[in-house]
Formats: sequence, C-alpha cells, structure tokens
Amino acid sequence: MSAAPGAAGPASGAARDLVDAAAVAAWLRAYAAAVAERRDELTELDAAIGDADHGVNMDRGMRAVVARLAAAGGEGPAQEGPHGGGPDEAATPPPLGPLLKTAGMTLVSTVGGAAGPLYGTFFLEMGKAAGERTALTATEWAEAVAAGVAGVQMRGRAETGDKTMVDALLPAAVALGAAAARGSAPAAATREAARVAAEGMRATIPLVARKGRASYLGQRSAGHQDPGATSSWLLLEAAARALEACGAAHAPQDEPMPAADDPV
Amino acid sequence: MKKLINRPDDVVREELAGVALAHAGRLVVHTDPHWIARADAPVAGKVALVSGGGSGHEPMHGGFVGPGMLDAACPGEVFTSPTPDQMLAATRAVDGGAGVLHIVKNYTGDVMNFEMAADLARDEGLQVEQVVIADDVAVEDSLYTAGRRGVGATVLAEKICGAAAEEGRPLAAVAGLCRTVDERSRSMGVALTSCTVPAAGRPTFELGEDEMEVGIGIHGEPGRERRPLASATEIVETLATAVVADLPFRAGDEVLAFVNGMGATPLMELYVVYAALHRFLEESGIAITRSLVGSYMTSLDMAGCSVTLLRLDDELTRLWDAPVDTPGLRWGA
Ligand SMILES: Nc1ncnc2c1ncn2[C@@H]1O[C@H](COP(=O)(O)OP(=O)(O)OP(=O)(O)O)[C@@H](O)[C@H]1O
Ligand SMILES: [Mg+2]
Repeated sequence: MSAAPGAAGPASGAARDLVDAAAVAAWLRAYAAAVAERRDELTELDAAIGDADHGVNMDRGMRAVVARLAAAGGEGPAQEGPHGGGPDEAATPPPLGPLLKTAGMTLVSTVGGAAGPLYGTFFLEMGKAAGERTALTATEWAEAVAAGVAGVQMRGRAETGDKTMVDALLPAAVALGAAAARGSAPAAATREAARVAAEGMRATIPLVARKGRASYLGQRSAGHQDPGATSSWLLLEAAARALEACGAAHAPQDEPMPAADDPV
Repeated sequence: MKKLINRPDDVVREELAGVALAHAGRLVVHTDPHWIARADAPVAGKVALVSGGGSGHEPMHGGFVGPGMLDAACPGEVFTSPTPDQMLAATRAVDGGAGVLHIVKNYTGDVMNFEMAADLARDEGLQVEQVVIADDVAVEDSLYTAGRRGVGATVLAEKICGAAAEEGRPLAAVAGLCRTVDERSRSMGVALTSCTVPAAGRPTFELGEDEMEVGIGIHGEPGRERRPLASATEIVETLATAVVADLPFRAGDEVLAFVNGMGATPLMELYVVYAALHRFLEESGIAITRSLVGSYMTSLDMAGCSVTLLRLDDELTRLWDAPVDTPGLRWGA
C-alpha cells in the first residue's frame, strides 16, 4: 500500500494535485468517446498509407474497455475496487495498477493489428508503474506515462521520425515530465503534453514511414498524417480534458472535443 | 460484391463452424477465443507447432493443422492478425511437454501479437520459440521498411518443421530448421485482379482489364510496379528472375518449386505457369526435384499467383516427403 499524500480519503479538494482511479476512468471514457467520434477520420488516414482499419480497430477496443469499466462498477471512485470486500475497506479507493492493466489486456485481446499490442502495452506498462498506489502526483503520473511510452517503443522498436505513434507519444511524455518537474499540476502538465503531441502528430505529415504497414509504400507514404500518431494525440487530449474536468468538478462529462483546436 | 456469405460480420465465425463440422474427429475448433487444434493434441513429448494470421488465406493456416504439420492455428478476422489471448490459449493446450514453436509471417501486427503471446506464455513457465518468415522479394529488406513479408515459404516451413517435430526433434532443432527454410526460400507474386474484403464490400484496389500488379502482397498491398498484362511465360520470367537473383539460386541447385494460386485462378492456369517455370529454371541449370501446385495461400478472391523456390538438400527433401495428414495437404498418411 502506498502512502501517497491525500490518498487516504475519497477524491476531494486534493483532486487537483492527484490523479486517482476516478480520473483514470474518466480519461478512458473520454478517449473512447473521442475515438468513436473520429473513427472514420482515423480509418481514412489509415486508408491512405495502411489498410483502412485503424479507426475501426481502436473503436472496437475502447468500447470494450468502457464496457469492462462499467461491468467493474467503475462509475466513480467510491465503488469497491478489486480488493474490496471487507467492511472497513468499503471506502478504500481502488489502486491504479489493476485498472490500467485491465484496460491494457482488454485492448490487447480486442484491437488486433499493430495498434492492439502497442496501446495494450502502453496501459500494461503504465499499470506496472502505478502499481498499488491509489493516486499519483504529477511527477508519478508523468513517470507512469513515460513507462507506457517506453513499453510502446520496446514492443514496436520505433524511434521518433519513423512516422508512427511514437512521434506524438515520446515528445509528449518528455513535455509531461518537464512540466511536472517545474511544479505544474497534473491537468496543466497534461494540457502541455497534449499540445506537444499535436505538434508531433502534424510533424508526421512530411515523413517517410519506416515502420509498420506504411513502410511498404516508401516515398509514397510522405504527405499523409500517420493514423497512429493521430490516435495518440487524441489519447493525450482526452487525458488533459479528463484531468481538467476532475479538477474543476467531480462529474467529468464525456463532452465531444471541440473543433476549434482541431488539428486533424 | 458477389459472395457466398450471409453477413460480412459473420464470415469468420461461420467459416469456423463449417471447418468444425467438415473435419469433426480430426480437428477441434475452439471459440472465444478462436483457435483450431488437431484432435489428438497435446501429443506427449512432441514439439508443438502453432501458427496463425488473418483469415482469407485458406487453407493456410487452419487447413494445415494435423499430423505432420501444425498442432494449432489461430485465425484472426479477415486480413487482421489474431490476438495474443488466442495464441496463448492454443500454446497452453497443445504443449506436449517439449515446448512450442510459433511460426509467424512477417507483418508488424502478427509479429507484435505473437511476441506478446510468447511473453505471456513464458511468464507461465512455457517454453516458446518464434521464427518469423520473410521471403517476399518484392519488398526491399532494409532498415527503412518493416522488412520482407512472409508468404509462400510459410507453407513449406510448416510442412517441413511439422515432419521434424513428428520425428521427435527438440525445440531448438525444429526452430533452427524453420530458420533454414526461411533463409533458403524466396517468393514473388502477381495479381491480375484485386480481392474484395467482405466488410469493405468493394475491391481493395483498382486494376484495369489490361493491367497487372507485379509484386503483390497477400492482403492486396501494392507491389513493385503496375504493368500491362503479359503472357504467362513473360509473367513467369519476371517473377522467377527476381526470385532466382535474390538468393541467389545457382546452376546445379535442386529446388522445390511452389506455384501458388491467389484464390480465383484456375488450376489450369497454375499448370501453365508451372510449365513456364520449369522451362525457365531448366535453362538456368536449376533442377526442380519437388513441386507443389495449387491454391494453398490465398488472398480471398484475387486472381493471380505466386512463385516460391526453396533450395533443397537431402534432409529438407526427406522431411518434405514425410507423411502429412491435414485438410489442406495430405500424402503418405
Ligand atoms: N513498430 C511500430 N511502432 C510504433 N507504432 C507503430 C509501429 N508500426 C505501426 N505503428 C502504428 O500503428 C498504426 C497502424 O495501426 P493499425 O491499427 O492500423 O494496425 P495495422 O498496421 O493495420 O496492423 P496490421 O498490419 O496487423 O493490419 C500506424 O499508424 C503507426 O502509428
Ligand atoms: Mg491498419
């Protein structure tokens, strides 16, 4: 059991400084909503340089994740967690590791293709980093995201510049760590990471793919935005929105992403 | 789209139901997750062979499950890699105590899903080795691509390694043999028409009446170039020249020649191709000592073919000749 500051009680005023299970569940739901909304766009990006299935794959996977959350009673932080049962444990907030690992395993078994193992590994490695802690400080949150990105690189062996999701994820994880080190709260640090992820996503347009299906096209892959980098930007954007909503109130909504700052 | 299906979403499930019924007693089809195993698995003391990949390439891989070839196959959705939970369930179930070899075609999704499955299986204490097959010379093999695609050599590796496992060879030896088959094989294909994925409902790519795609992948991936349609002899010259030059195969070599149909090409045409290939190789001093002609690794309803050559030696020839008893390949049994 961890002794993370503020982790003793249910999410309260401390929510601004900590990422707890409610925030992670809100993030997963926001990501599922964003992927569902952009499903066809993601698939069209994949049609240009891949096999036209990325949006469909991710939508199927994130729907399954949300269904698992609902089945586990993950509607709020006060529900019993995987360790629940004992009478005085009723109010114990659930640990983050099992929640993230469930999301990862669900993606691994439902998405398929390249994105299934990659996003699955992202959440599995985040879950390992979070472990039994029930809430993460900004620094711990940044470390968990960095562990997830390292998992993606371990699984896919891609570097930045290869025209993959790593082009959005890696700079975003670095920016998140830097913002946390400067003392930013999780929401503000993640907002910065999402901005950097959007830059990384747009930077994939001129690149020639060196990994995945798109690499078969050689020079013909240049001029197209990478679908995986796009879904990775959505992942960070959903996290920023979920954490902003959790900090502001305790009823995060799955509101659609506005089109104003739409980089797709 | 004209297809003998009910609903696009049900194709793989209904196909597996048909496989289970048609081959009851020889194959067992598991659902949730999907995998196909030989009925007598696990075979105690034998290295088990597991392969898998997207559906739409039948009879590969499910049709190669049986004595002398695979112990289990994991079918994904159409042209989509299967997932680690399928591979893990199959690996656990067919392990006869001598370890499990995963034969994986080199596609990013397949490789990563099989790697995750191997990690999970090893966490459970199972002994797993993986060999990635990458024989398609149409793709440049460099640091700048995901590497060559796995095509025709996969069928040959599954047959030859299946025979070696049946002889009681240990896991490291069967895996080594699989790498040998991969290293000594080269392939290239051509498409005369596109395939149509049931869920998409329309052809994957456009190809004019008088055009062909040289170097096509088995999912309709683009090839080396689009060219005006040519005669069978000229097409064979193009494919065989690229295949022979790549290894390279040399005068005096003995080879297994595999002419594979992509799904919609009649056997009649495949034999026309085989005759042209025989003439071409003879002129180069390369002797065909074993052959396989037919549609064994298809791409749904694509018309076209691929040519695979494997440089044989006495051991590979003997293992190729060994009995095999599967729905897709059967001799000596
Ligand atoms: N080696 C890799 N490392 C990181 N990301 C990768 C790698 N290969 C592919 N990707 C990402 O995956 C995205 C494509 O995901 P998708 O779900 O479409 O899988 P896929 O390539 O179609 O899989 P499959 O080839 O099995 O069908 C790409 O846009 C790219 O961002
Ligand atoms: Mg794709």
